[in-house]
This record gives sequence, structure tokens and C-alpha cells, in this order.
Amino acid sequence: MGKMFKLISGILVLFCGINVMSMADPVIVVQSTTSTANSGLYDSILPQFEQQTGIRVNVVAVGTGQAIKNAIRGDGDVLLVHAKSAEEKFVANGWGVGRFDLMYNDFIFVGPDNDPAGLSDATSAVDALIRISSERALFASRGDDSGTHKKERLLWASAGLDPTTSSGDWYRETGSGMGATLNVAVGMNAYAITDRATWISFGNKLGFKVVFDNDQELFNQYGIILVNPSRHPHVNAKDGQIFINWMLGKKGQTAIANYTLDGQQLFFPNVN
Amino acid sequence: MQALSDSFGLAFGLIVGLDPDLLEIVSLSLKVSLVAITFALILGLPLGAALAIGRFPGRFGLTVVINSFMGMPPVVVGLLVYLALSRSGPFGVLGLLYTPSAMVIAQVLLITPIVVSLTRQTIEELDSQYREYFLSLGIKRLPKVLTFLWEARFSLVTVCLAGFGRAISEVGAVMIVGGNIDHLTRVMTTAIALETSKGDLELAMALGVILMLIAFSVNLLIALIRPSNNHSITSKMFSR
Repeated sequence: MGKMFKLISGILVLFCGINVMSMADPVIVVQSTTSTANSGLYDSILPQFEQQTGIRVNVVAVGTGQAIKNAIRGDGDVLLVHAKSAEEKFVANGWGVGRFDLMYNDFIFVGPDNDPAGLSDATSAVDALIRISSERALFASRGDDSGTHKKERLLWASAGLDPTTSSGDWYRETGSGMGATLNVAVGMNAYAITDRATWISFGNKLGFKVVFDNDQELFNQYGIILVNPSRHPHVNAKDGQIFINWMLGKKGQTAIANYTLDGQQLFFPNVN
Repeated sequence: MQALSDSFGLAFGLIVGLDPDLLEIVSLSLKVSLVAITFALILGLPLGAALAIGRFPGRFGLTVVINSFMGMPPVVVGLLVYLALSRSGPFGVLGLLYTPSAMVIAQVLLITPIVVSLTRQTIEELDSQYREYFLSLGIKRLPKVLTFLWEARFSLVTVCLAGFGRAISEVGAVMIVGGNIDHLTRVMTTAIALETSKGDLELAMALGVILMLIAFSVNLLIALIRPSNNHSITSKMFSR
């Protein structure tokens, strides 16, 4: 085993040599969500940060659940996700140094133009789910433990319903990212829950529209956390902290507020 | 139909306009897959030849294992490499995760079995045809293998192409180990997946068209340099 390990290590070190990346520049890896990346937020604000600090930010965009697991494994310096209770658990277990509210937007229900379950008449997000379930209208769920999926499950629980008993019937779990799930929903005329930023920037709407929104239950808070360097000594805590301070400070918050798409603001800074 | 023609128009515009982001993505794709196929050939050609000619214990088992690895789902290979290179994994200290090197490693694991299997098959065929002949001349194993490899060079170009094609068109593994990081590990396939998930299907398809054009050009090039009548080993030997 020892010999084999050394041999493989040796080969891998060779691979380090062919890395095109220059190790001289300070770099941080941010484990984040598809919503923030796909909406173009990072393309808008990161160049400003990189120019002001000289720190390169590498964003890995996956679902919140996976981002947190990757961070626990030490494969990131900063975590920027949207599932507050999971984030607090991450910090409480010692994987993160501290959690800060960064920005918010909201979740929305999207669906086909004719709105077969009448969601536009729904009185609340929970009522919207009850309508979907009683009409047995098609519903495309992320099914991937992402922030959006965690929120959806909370809403089902509030409605006292367990849609997974109809999984494969009207309840369709895609197990994919937000955009992929929206493609599926559009493809089979199913309702879906998405964050507003992803929806606004989504290019394949094909007659789909927002059928229900504006319920405080649908509030979508993003948080930012430094991965704990005492758990993972290789974490670039210095530059990670600079990034977090910048995002929470005036420059970052202004940059977030200034990002618009089709004239609409996608994320609302709310450092408290 | 509209979306398809839009895609071709968009692809054309990106190519003609030499879009800098596109060039970066295409060149990284080529770089990663070329390095991967090089390593795969260095590992795979000798191993394939050894399996074809060599008689050693475990040869049968090794052949079966490598053949089944040929059909290994890329996402499983990606997961394997991720767990190995992750900071909590056995090789985490090297800091290779989310780098082009990690993508090369995943691709090498994916395509080496293909190179080994196809090489073994090619050499085995030659060996069954000419074994007696080489025996009668008293030619040792190593020069025999080298002769076979040289004679089969045009078939091996096809082997090389098959490996390269699988490497450059693969998305599952490089997505996991590379992270699809802009300007660092974003390649053609992960960019296509990203644009698809953004619902920008025309741009995604345009990138797909460009990927197909690259595949087409490589194959055309090979077809042009490959002589039409592949001269046989025996005609050459008897003409000496």
C-alpha cells in the first residue's frame, strides 16, 4: 500500500507540474449555488473585487446541499449559499467560522400559461401547493437537497402533505440543478418553484409565467461563511476573509444592488 | 427548426468573430484532452501489447477488468477522482482538485482502458497471423512487438482518435473534478451544460456545433494523412 501510494503521489505531482495555473496569484475557491452563478451575478461583481484586491475568485456552482458537503470536505475557502438552518448547523459543527446575512430575493411559482391548478388565485404558498396536490397537477421538484429543494420540502411540511408518495406520478423529482429542472418543467408543462433571479435570467421560458409570488414564506436569504481554517489548515482564510469583508461592506453591497437584468434587480443586499 | 438555424448562425458568428471566451474554452478543451490522450498512449500501448503477446499469470483477469472499465460511466470516474483529490481524500494535500490537471487525470482514467483494449485487439490479430513466421525467423518478443506496433500504426491512429473523442466529448467527470470554473476549468462540454441549464439553448447548441466541427476537422485530417492502401506486413518483408 505504502509503495503504491508513493508511486501514485509521484505521478500526481507530475500532474501538478503541468498545471497552467500560476500559483503566485492569491486565489480563493467559493462553493456556491447555481442561482447566483447562472443569473450572472458573479460575472458582474467579481471582476470589481478582483480588480480592487488582486485576489482571484474561483466559483464552483452546485446545489446548496452539495456546496455545504464540499466545504465540509475542505474543498473551498468560502461558502455562499441559501439555506439558513443548514448554514447555521454547518457553523455550529465547527466547519465554518461565522455566518452573515448577505442578500436576499424570493422564490416564485412558475407554470404553464393556462395555469391548470389555478395558482394565481392561491392565497399563500402553502395554499398553492395544496391546489397542485389536489388537482394532481404536474410538479417538477429539484429533488437534489439544494437550497430551493429544502425550501420546497419545508412548504410541503407546512401544508401537511407528503408529495413523495406520488413521486413519478404528478410529483416529478428531477435530481438536477435549477435550470435543468426549469427545462424539464417547461418541457412537460409542470409547475416548479424557483428563485426569481434564475427565472429572470432563464432563456427557455416558452410561454411559462410566474403564477404565484409575494408571500413572506417565499423569502430567500443568502448567507456567507468562511470555512474554518482550524478544521482545514490549507484554507486561505486571509483572502477568504478579505472577500467576505468586501461582500459585506459598502463596495460589495453596492455592487450586488447595482446588478440588474432586463431592468430588474435580482438580489437585494441586506447585511444587518 | 427556428432554434436550430439560430444555433448555426450563432456558431458561425462566434467562430468568425474569434470570440475570446470561446477561444479560451476551445483551447483548454484541446489542451486537456491532448495531454490526456498522450498519457493514455504512454500507459496503454505497452500494456495493450503486453496483454496481447505476453503470457503471465493474471493476464486473463486483467483483460476482463480493463475491458469492463471501457464502459465505466464518466460520472463514476469523476466521483472516484474527486474523492481521491478532495482535501479530505488521500491525495488532498496536493491541491489538485478544481484544476485542469484533475481533469486530465479523470480523462486518463477514462480513456486508457480504451487504448489498452483496442491495442490488445490489434496486436493480437497480427500475432495470430504472423506468430509462426516470426518464430521461424527466431525474432525475439520485444522487436516483434515493436514491429507489430509500427505496422499497426494506422490502426493505432484510430485507437488514438477513439480515445481523444471520448475525452473531449465527456462532461460528467470533468464537471465534478474541474468544477466548471470560468477562465480556469471551463471546457466545451461543461460550457454546453451550463448554457443548457441557463435555458440558453441556442448558445448551447452553437457550442455543440463548434465541438462537432472540431471532431470533424480532426477526422478529416487523419483521413487525409492516412494512405489509401494500407500495405501489408508480409509484402514488405518479402520485398527485402
